[in-house]
Formats: sequence, structure tokens, C-alpha cells
Amino acid sequence: MAALGVCRGILKEIRMAKGSSYKHTLVYKYVLEQFKRNQVTGAQLCRAQVEALHAAQSYLSLLSSTRLHLRLHLRYHSPRADVRIDQAAGLVGLRLPQQPGGKGWET
Amino acid sequence: MMLRNICRYHRQFGQVIWPFPQGHHVPSLSTHIQKAKYSSAITERKKFYQNVSISQVDGGLFEINLDKRKLKTPGGKLFTVPNEALAIAVATEWDVQKETLKFYTMHLTTLCNTALDNPTQRTKEQIISAALKFLDTDTICYRVEEPPGLVELQTNEWEPVMNWIEQRYNVVIGSSSNIMGPQIPEETKETFRQHLYSYNFWSLTGLEYVITQLKSLILSLGLIDRHLSVEQAVLLSRLEEEYQIQFWGNVEWAHDYDMYELQARTAAGAMFVHLSSESTAVKRKILQD
Repeated sequence: MAALGVCRGILKEIRMAKGSSYKHTLVYKYVLEQFKRNQVTGAQLCRAQVEALHAAQSYLSLLSSTRLHLRLHLRYHSPRADVRIDQAAGLVGLRLPQQPGGKGWET
Repeated sequence: MMLRNICRYHRQFGQVIWPFPQGHHVPSLSTHIQKAKYSSAITERKKFYQNVSISQVDGGLFEINLDKRKLKTPGGKLFTVPNEALAIAVATEWDVQKETLKFYTMHLTTLCNTALDNPTQRTKEQIISAALKFLDTDTICYRVEEPPGLVELQTNEWEPVMNWIEQRYNVVIGSSSNIMGPQIPEETKETFRQHLYSYNFWSLTGLEYVITQLKSLILSLGLIDRHLSVEQAVLLSRLEEEYQIQFWGNVEWAHDYDMYELQARTAAGAMFVHLSSESTAVKRKILQD
């Protein structure tokens, strides 16, 4: 079911973010509790369940998008990235163009 | 959806937190200090705590604790949120930071700060008016007439959302392919105005944020009403860009970068709206039998 995939996804993201101590975090316990709580329903289409699933999907989206965005940021747009790209260009004898004002919109 | 296989595309986007221009007002001294903190835009600093926890206080509010210290907003106020779920999500944003704090990854915290400090002193009425004004320039109301591939894409992907919202809210919106844009009837705006009034200030702050990200009131309502997922809403918002990427190719350091940022911010906004509008009442079903 979709819910299981989302739950696994969120827990994986938490593990990637926190490391080995992820099972002791508040968010881990809260997420598991929420998924368990919404499992039992007598109705065919339980609105609370649909809402909870959408919320869980949004949270998974938030966690994975933030992680991937940060990864790309560090890879291409951070000061260390500039050094790395400079070295890569240097390998084939090229140099990056100098921008006198610096990259205004980036840190 | 046929778009699922298409690769990403570039969207230039700056670090905007308050999208709409503020009205004229004379700032008081405290506003001046707030503005100074909000305009200095520190993006990183060293991590100064080990443990993050939350605590509940009188009035059902929750606070975030960094080691022994209570988290405060940039405006100096005590950082409080109305429910446990939001508190845990914010605490997690702080908890997963490594040696440097990267504030640009802490979207929920940013939204809470905006709602708590309200540095541009917006009222519910202002937010609602701005949102309705946005409808005149709503992304999915603007259709192209060529190339045929894009026309077909817009029809297949945007028409269903348009039908959904017109039916759900019993309004007429319509789309247009000329530069004047759609002619939105007053009754439509009135209906939306009534609907938006039912949201509290925090939820409206979140909704405004989502509208600015997606560049569409219709897509934002689709997301908030849970008709669309975050990924779907973002994809629909970037429809033309995805089309161009399919044609011209994808550039990871621009296209994917912007796409993930947009997705993160939209997801945060949607979560913020939902968490700000839920009640803490526990609903229990009585098991029959």
C-alpha cells in the first residue's frame, strides 16, 4: 500500500539525516505513532486516513527535497564547490572566468 | 501522468520570504529593529547546541528548546507553535543540522518566524486580497497557442485541475491565450474570499507562501484541498519548463537545484497550512460490536 511506502520513505530520510541514533528522535516516534493510529478504520473511505496520508506524503516530500537541494547546493554552489570546479577545469588547462563583483546572489 | 518520465528544468528563484509589496506605514522602533534583523539575511552560523527538545506550556502552546535555551524568533519573541506535530517538525529541522546551521534549509522555522513576528504587519484582509489579485495572473489560466506539443500538454494537464476547482467551488474561472488574461467574474472572487476567510492568520501566511512558490492560486488550493500532491502541484506549476527540458535537455546544477528548492518550499508551506488549521481534539471511533 501507498502508506507503507511513505512510512518507509520518511523513516529512511530520518535515518539519513540523523545517523545511527535516529530511533531515539522525537520525530521517529511521532511518525510511527501516527501511522499506527490511522491504521484501524471501519469506513471504506476514511477522511482522516486520506488527510493523514497526504500529510505524510508532504512531509516525505519536504525531507527528501531539502536533502537533495542541499546536496546540489554543496556540490555546485558553495565556496568549496568553486574550488572543486576550478581544479576540474585546471585538469584540462582551462580556467574559470573571473567575475569582479562575485556571484551576487549566492553565498 | 505522462510527465513523470520527463526530466527537470531551470527556474530562477531568489530568497524571497515576503512576496507582496507592503503598504505605506510609519514603522515604530520595534519594527525598525525587526526589519534590521530580517534584512541582514544571515544564512549560516555555527551550531551552538547539542540537544533539541520540545515542551508544552500553558495555553496548549509548544516551545522549542536548544539545550537549556528557549528558541526565539528573529524579532525577539518567544518561539511558540500551536500544536505538537508542528513543534516536532520544527525541532527536527534544528536537530538535523550539522556543524553549521543552514537557515535556508529550515523552511518550517522560517514560516513560523514570519507568522509570529509578522514583520511587514500584514492583516488577514491584505493577504486575502493579494491572493485574489493573484488569480488574475494565475499560471494555469494562461495558455499558449503554439507549439502544439505544449498546447496539448497544457490541455491534458491543466484542464482537469481547472474543471476540478470550478466544480469544487462552484465558480467560473476560465483560461485565455491572449496577453490580457482571463476575465474572472466578481462572484468567483467573492466565493474564494468567503472561503479564505475561514482560514486563520497562520494558515493564510502559509497559503500566501505556497501561492508565491507555485505562481498559482488554483494550484495552491488544489494542493491545500489535497486534490494534488506536492510533486504534482510543482510539476503542473513548471509545465512549460518541463516541456522545454524534454526538448533542450536538463542541467542538474540549475534545473534540479531550483526544482528541489521549489518542492521543499511548497511542501513546507502545505504542511504549515495543514498543521496550523488542525485542532488538537482527538477523534476516536467507537468500534462497534
